[in-house]
Amino acid sequence: MLDHADAPARAVHAGDYILEVDNVRKEFPGVVALDDVQLRLRPGTVHALMGENGAGKSTLMKIIAGVYTPDRGEVRFAGRPLNIRTPLDALNSGIAMIHQELNLMNTMTVAENIWIGREPKSSFRLIDHGQMTRMTEALFADLGIRLDPLAMVGDLTVAQKQMVEIARAVSYKSDVLIMDEPTSAITETEVEHLFRIIRDLRAKGVGIVYITHKMSELFEIADELTVFRDGKYIATVNAADVTRDQIIKMMVGREITDMFPKIDCEIGETILEVRDLTLPGVFRDVSFSLRRGEILGVAGLVGSGRSNVAEAVFGVRPATGGQILIDGEVVNIKSPPVAMRHGMAFLTEDRKETGCFLNLDCIENIQVALLSSGKVDNRGFVNQREVNRLAEEFCAKLRVKTPNLAETVANLSGGNQQKLLIARWLLTKPRILILDEPTRGIDVGAKSEIHRLITQLAAEGVAILMISSELPEVLGMSDRIMVMHEGRVSGFLDRAEADQVRVMELAAK
Amino acid sequence: MATQTFDERAAPKAHRKLPSEINILLVLIGIALIFEILGWIFQGQTFLGNIGRLKIMILQVSVIGIIAVGVTQVIISGGIDLSSGSIVGAVAMVAMSFAQAADYARAVYPALTDMPVIVPVLIGLFCGAVAGFINGWLIAYTKIPPFIATLGMMVAVRGFAKWYTKGQPVSFPTDSFASLGSGMMPVFIFLGVAAVFHVAMKYTRYGKYTYAIGANPQAARVSGIDVERHLVKLYVVAGVLAALAGIVVAARGQTAQAGMGMMYELDAIAMAVIGGTSLAGGRGSIVGTSIGMVIFGVIISGFTFLRLDAYYQEMIKGVIIVAAVVIDTQRQKKRVKKT
Repeated sequence: MLDHADAPARAVHAGDYILEVDNVRKEFPGVVALDDVQLRLRPGTVHALMGENGAGKSTLMKIIAGVYTPDRGEVRFAGRPLNIRTPLDALNSGIAMIHQELNLMNTMTVAENIWIGREPKSSFRLIDHGQMTRMTEALFADLGIRLDPLAMVGDLTVAQKQMVEIARAVSYKSDVLIMDEPTSAITETEVEHLFRIIRDLRAKGVGIVYITHKMSELFEIADELTVFRDGKYIATVNAADVTRDQIIKMMVGREITDMFPKIDCEIGETILEVRDLTLPGVFRDVSFSLRRGEILGVAGLVGSGRSNVAEAVFGVRPATGGQILIDGEVVNIKSPPVAMRHGMAFLTEDRKETGCFLNLDCIENIQVALLSSGKVDNRGFVNQREVNRLAEEFCAKLRVKTPNLAETVANLSGGNQQKLLIARWLLTKPRILILDEPTRGIDVGAKSEIHRLITQLAAEGVAILMISSELPEVLGMSDRIMVMHEGRVSGFLDRAEADQVRVMELAAK
Repeated sequence: MATQTFDERAAPKAHRKLPSEINILLVLIGIALIFEILGWIFQGQTFLGNIGRLKIMILQVSVIGIIAVGVTQVIISGGIDLSSGSIVGAVAMVAMSFAQAADYARAVYPALTDMPVIVPVLIGLFCGAVAGFINGWLIAYTKIPPFIATLGMMVAVRGFAKWYTKGQPVSFPTDSFASLGSGMMPVFIFLGVAAVFHVAMKYTRYGKYTYAIGANPQAARVSGIDVERHLVKLYVVAGVLAALAGIVVAARGQTAQAGMGMMYELDAIAMAVIGGTSLAGGRGSIVGTSIGMVIFGVIISGFTFLRLDAYYQEMIKGVIIVAAVVIDTQRQKKRVKKT
């Protein structure tokens, strides 16, 4: 590791950078992904890289990782031009990346994952498992990670897997660590732990590029930040010198004054009522009601059973006890098609796993719920012209950005994928809309558009159940907030009385 | 993610894609031309100009083509069906036993000779449906891998075919039954089946559900598709089409043996794969499979035409199947370009 330990963290000296990206340009057929961008990382600092989805952050990461070659410009590492062809090259040169999708082998142990390809050998050139375990323990002790080196990675939580990836990166004695939205799927306490490790690494002189969408984290962890917009470099500033609104302005090129444009709308009669819903071991005695035009926010820590309740109400994994009433009548929602017949729609938490058909095109992604609702076909034959018309209409309404609707959905940004999924459900004209993390991992601009849309739907009389891990979102959008804790409802708060402290009190107890 | 310059007011349009089958068609044309050229060089005669040869070629592959249609939709859903070849054998036996002519002394069911052609056909198709239903039910509700479920069915059904007459062949069908396999009839049956399923895959919910399930079964379930039920339907259809192939094979040979249809399942899968159907699910088409079938026919017929030894034929067939998948995988990589 380079010795920069005694240099003060904020000192600016030329040549002081561990990683330098200069005037990098990358073009894909018809698209300029990066246009003269720069990024300068000092050792021993956390450098946030910000920008909306589609700003070019991932492309830059792939250039650093050697996946793409820049058309112009240069990447220098410790003053020398970087020449990386494979992820292993990157690790060996001291650059480690932790991707949003973790790259671990679930059926192997923690220690095996960390030392794969570099296993300590004993006599006869066989793998020395004892030594490997001891090396892992030493590494973990150094990082303050408490994990069993012999645990199966598949049994770990997302946060623990991240710890393993970080440990692996550290074990390569990396000078640069690049983290792509590391907190998008972990709980508050786990975030605390992650930040402790990051600060620790920073103190040891590691330079960290931290990609995030979350403003609060930025101010907590970052020393400097660089903003990209539409493939262009906008600015690099000290985190201490800017405000939240200034950063947003840099990212979107316009000021978003109200992130949560909640308008008060008329709240009508009760549509959905849930009584004592129970799924043993998951949630118990969950009761709530939902009215026309109302947005009921659901807060709680990850693992508190919020998503499971939503899945039960929609029939994905039905509850075993309790009742669901729609329009005052008890209904037996045993599968999603039944829920849809009662006018429900369900935007799931995980866009990639349970939402998108990534290999299919936009139309195929949008039409599926409409088809299964049976509203556009004639004895099984699909009126494709009508479906296409509706898809075009809703994509325009939701401002989905794609060259055309025959584009494969994997090529769209997260925000646009999310909009497509919302369009999928709006096509079925739902009366009850269940949204599980509607804005997770999407950029600020798309986020506020989705918020506006949710409010507008409520104004049109749709009853909305909105689960979210982001407190400002729950507080800003909801008429009422239901808080869950360990599978039970720990309380309801009205919009007027709700604040972060009260919600967290109920969520953490 | 790369950025697109985009005017927000311009709504994205439901744009027509160039059919992906064009690539496969070009491959077909290329292969045919190569044989034409080799034909002039080594045999001093035309390959494509001989209508009689082309007729025989298409006849040879049509029966397996019928199976390939059923297998294609199963593969698009993310599954596989290994039992179709055995179903061909078993159904050939069963259907033939109900189609024997009265003037034949050693009929399997002496009391049931000279039946109208509809009887053996319906019984045969029903047997295929039962086998397909068991496949589908096992896959959908016990969640065992399709490979295992249909492998078990493949072995068991072959056993059934041998047990049915204790290994004896069944012969002497009525003229009306035999006519199902005579002349170009198998080709017409294939064309009918392919046309029906082309429409079904492209223009009906049945098809759209199949693609959705193959692309992402969880997302399909949450979107209101009864995934289990649809899987059962798909395997029933595959079983019925294999049974239809079995009937045609028996009618054409005017005899049925327990070993009929051996390895047909693999040829059918190969046709689908050559035709661009992705084993990962979610992609493929009946048109593609039909072209894949013709490619298959051209290769076999071409090798025979060049008097190439049968051993080489099989080796080269293997290479072509693998090459098709390699090309397809490369194309797939290009489709998902920038992330």
